[in-house]
Amino acid sequence: MTRSEDFIVIDVLVIGGGNAALCAALMAREAGASVLMLEASPKEWRGGNSQHTRNLRCMHDAPQDVLVEAYPEEEYWQDLLKVTGGETSEHLARLVIRASSNCRDWMRRHGVRFQPPLSGALHVARTNAFFMGGGKALVNAYYRSAQTLGVRVRYETPVAGIVLDGDRFVGARTESGELITARACVLAAGGFESNREWLREAWGRNDRGEWPADNFLIRGTRFNQGVLLKDMMRAGADMIGDPSQGHCVAIDARAPLYDGGICTRIDCVSLGVVVNRDGERFYDEGEDFWPKRYAIWGRLVAQQPGQIGYSIIDRKVIGRFMPPVFPGITANSLPELATRLGVPVEVFMRTLDSYNAACRPGTFNHTILDDCRTEGVVPAKTHWALPIDTPPFYGYALRPGITFTYLSLKVDDTAAVRFGNKPSSNLFVAGEMMAGNVLGKGYTAGVGMSIGTAFGRIAGTRAAAAALGRPA
Amino acid sequence: MAAIEDLTRLALDAERELETNAAEVDRILHICNACRYCESFCAVFPAMTRRLDFNVADAHYLANLCHNCSACLYACQYAPPHEFGVNVPKTLAQVRRDTYVEYAFPKSLGVLYRRNGLTVAMAVSLGVAAFLIGAILMQGSLFVHGLEGQFYVIFPHNLLAVLFGAAFGFSVLALAIGVIRFWRQVSEPGKPVPLPNAAGEAARAVLTLQYLDGGHRDGCNNEDDAFTLWRRRFHHFTFYGFMLCFASTSVATLYHYLFAMEAPYPILSLPVLLGTAGGIGLLIGPAGLFWLNIRRNPMQADETQKTMDRGFIALLFFVSLTGLALLAWRDTAAMPLLLAVHLGFVMGFFLTLPYGKFAHGIFRSAALLKYAIEKRRPNPVQAGGE
Repeated sequence: MTRSEDFIVIDVLVIGGGNAALCAALMAREAGASVLMLEASPKEWRGGNSQHTRNLRCMHDAPQDVLVEAYPEEEYWQDLLKVTGGETSEHLARLVIRASSNCRDWMRRHGVRFQPPLSGALHVARTNAFFMGGGKALVNAYYRSAQTLGVRVRYETPVAGIVLDGDRFVGARTESGELITARACVLAAGGFESNREWLREAWGRNDRGEWPADNFLIRGTRFNQGVLLKDMMRAGADMIGDPSQGHCVAIDARAPLYDGGICTRIDCVSLGVVVNRDGERFYDEGEDFWPKRYAIWGRLVAQQPGQIGYSIIDRKVIGRFMPPVFPGITANSLPELATRLGVPVEVFMRTLDSYNAACRPGTFNHTILDDCRTEGVVPAKTHWALPIDTPPFYGYALRPGITFTYLSLKVDDTAAVRFGNKPSSNLFVAGEMMAGNVLGKGYTAGVGMSIGTAFGRIAGTRAAAAALGRPA
Repeated sequence: MAAIEDLTRLALDAERELETNAAEVDRILHICNACRYCESFCAVFPAMTRRLDFNVADAHYLANLCHNCSACLYACQYAPPHEFGVNVPKTLAQVRRDTYVEYAFPKSLGVLYRRNGLTVAMAVSLGVAAFLIGAILMQGSLFVHGLEGQFYVIFPHNLLAVLFGAAFGFSVLALAIGVIRFWRQVSEPGKPVPLPNAAGEAARAVLTLQYLDGGHRDGCNNEDDAFTLWRRRFHHFTFYGFMLCFASTSVATLYHYLFAMEAPYPILSLPVLLGTAGGIGLLIGPAGLFWLNIRRNPMQADETQKTMDRGFIALLFFVSLTGLALLAWRDTAAMPLLLAVHLGFVMGFFLTLPYGKFAHGIFRSAALLKYAIEKRRPNPVQAGGE
C-alpha cells in the first residue's frame, strides 16, 4: 500500500464521518485503495449520530459471545416487516440481516469491543450486541484503525455539492470552494434531521395552523444538514421515502436542541399516564414494554396540540424505570401538579379521576405484561394501570425527538447511486442517506447501525473496486 | 499563630471544595445513570446503578472506586465540548483528594495533602539526610575507610529500629484510623454476605489492578483515546517492588532478632536478593509512572494533584536509587554518606506516608471491598428490569 502522505490521486473519497463512512473507508483501504475522508464536524464532534448509538441488531442462530439464545433471519425479517408496516425491501433487508450475523469479527479487528446488555436493556439481550462504551467508543476505535491503516481524514470540511459527469462522480466541492477529485466516492453524510428549515417544510402545517417541526428536538448531531441529499435530488438521483418519516421518539422537553442523545429519554411513560396540553390522555400508555413503544411516541406527541405531552407518575413507581436525566416537576397533590405543569386543572383532574376509577385490581409487575388494566375509559391502558394516588406526584414534559430521517437515495444491493434507474459506476451511498430503502417507517433498536455497517462495507468495497478497475 | 490560621483557612477551603466537588459528582452521575453506556468498563458504573441520588458519602465511595482509567471520558457523548460537560475521571479525582484530606489522622494534618508535593517530599527527605550527615560529622569524618558495610557502626541498630519503627508505626496507625473512618462513613449496614468471597474478589481486583484493563483488557487511556497496558504494568512494578523491599526488611528483622544475624548480609542472601529485585522494580515502576504522568491528557486528571503524584513517585524512586547505591558502594568510604542519604529518603517516605499519594492504594482497596460486598446484595433500584 502507498503511504497516506504519498497520495497523488485519491482512489476513494468518503464524505461523512460516522459509522457507515468509517466502514466504507476501512473496507476501501483494506482493498488497497488510497482513501480520504471528509468529516464536516471538528474532531471533538466527529462521528455524526453514531456517537450516540449503542448497539447493533444481530442475526444469530446460536448463542454468540454477548448474545444469548438465537435470533434467526426469519424472525429478524418479521420484526422489520412489522415495524415498517411493509415499507421496506425484502431483498435489501435480508442482505442487511445476513451481514449483521458475520460482521462483528471484522468490527473487533478494527478495535470495536462488545459488552453484555446494559442494565435496563435486558429485553434486547437476545437481539442486540452492545458496543462497550457505546457508539463514541466504536467511532474512536474505527478512527484509530483508519489512522493506522493510512486513511487520511480531514475534519471541518463540509461538502457543498458533488460534481458529476453524467452519472459518474468527478469530485466534491467543499463549502470553502475547493474541488477534491477522486476515482470513486462514497456518500455517507447522514440524513437531514439537523436541518430545522427542511424539517419544517417536510412536516408542513397542521390543521391547527401550527408548524409541528418547530417544536422538535434533534437527538443527535447538528451536522446532518442534508446538504448532499438535496444536492443529489437536484442532480436527478433516484430517491425513495417520505421526508416526514424518521426515527422519532418522545424525549424530555428540556433536552438540548442537539445531541441530547440517549439520556434524555423518559422511561416512565408506561408506568403512568400521558396527557396533552389540554389535560387529556390520547394513547394506551401500557400497550407494550416501553422499549418496544418509545419509537411511536415521538409521532404521537408530534400530533398533539403544541407538540407536547406530560408523563404523570406517582411515588409508587419511583425506582422502577431508568432514572431520567432531569428531575421531574413534583407536587403533593394532582391539582397542584397540573398547575405547575401549566395544564388546565379541571380537565386534568377529570382525566386523572376517570383513569383512576377505571383501574381494575391486578398484580402489578413492571417486568412482565401484567394484568393491571383499565375498564371503561378511552383510551384504555392495557398494562401496568395503577391508580395515580400516592404523593408526591411527578410530571415530565415530553417533546418529539428526531433521531434520523428516512428520505433516501434509492439503491440496490450494490449501494450505487442511481440516475433514471441506472447505477452510477463510481458513486456509492451508505448509512442514513440510504437507510430508507430498508426502513421506510418505524424503528427497532440497533437496526440503523446494522444498515450502516452492512452498506458502509458494501459501498467501500465497491468504490475501491471501481477506483482500482477491478471487478467488485 | 500564622501557621495555625493558615491551616484553619486551608481546612475551610477544603470543606467548601468538598461540597462543590460532591455536588458535581451528583450532577454528572444523574446524567450517567440515565445513559449507562459505560457500564462494563469498571466497577463505578454498576455501583452507580444501585443509587438514584449521590450524597457526599457516595461521592467518596465512588471516587475511590474509580481507577482513573478514563475509558469513560473518551467514550462519553456528553464530555466537553458538550454542554453537559461530563468528565467522570476528573470529577472523581477531585473528590479523591477531598477523601484524603477529610479522613486524614490527625485531621488537622489532612490539609498537608494539598501541599504535599514534590517540594515537601524532597525537603523532608533531604532535611533528614542533612540531619543524619550532621550527626555523623559530629562524631568525626563523613568518609571513613575500612568499615566494610558495617552500617551499625555509623548508627546503632536499636536507634534505627526505634526511630524508623516509630515513624512507620505512626504512619500505619494514622492510615488505619483514616480508612476505618472512611469505611464507617460510606458503608451502611445491609444483608450479610459471604465475606471471604467478597474479600477474595476485592483482593484479586487490587493485586491484578483489574480496573486498569479498561474492561476489555486493552488497557486504559493516557494521552488520547488509544489504550495502553503500561500504566497497569508500571503500577505492578511499583507495588510488587515495594512489597519485595518490605519482605526484604521483614526477613532482615527476623534474621536480626531470631538468628542474631546482623547486617550487612551477603549479596546472595535473601534480604539482599529480595531488596535488589524490589529496588529494581521501584526504579522501573516509578520512572514509568512519571513518564506516563507527564504525558497524561490534562482532561483526565486533577492537575492540582500532579505535585502530590510526582512527590510520591520521586520518593519511591529515590528510596530505591539510594538503597541500591548503598548496596553497590557499601564497602567503600562513601558508605556513611550513602547511608545517611538513603535513611533520609526512607524517613521522608515514612513521615509523608499518611499525607500523600500512598493513601490512594489504601482507600481504593477499601472501596473495592465495599463494592464486592455491595454487589452481593440485591439492587435496591429495580429500574428497567423488563
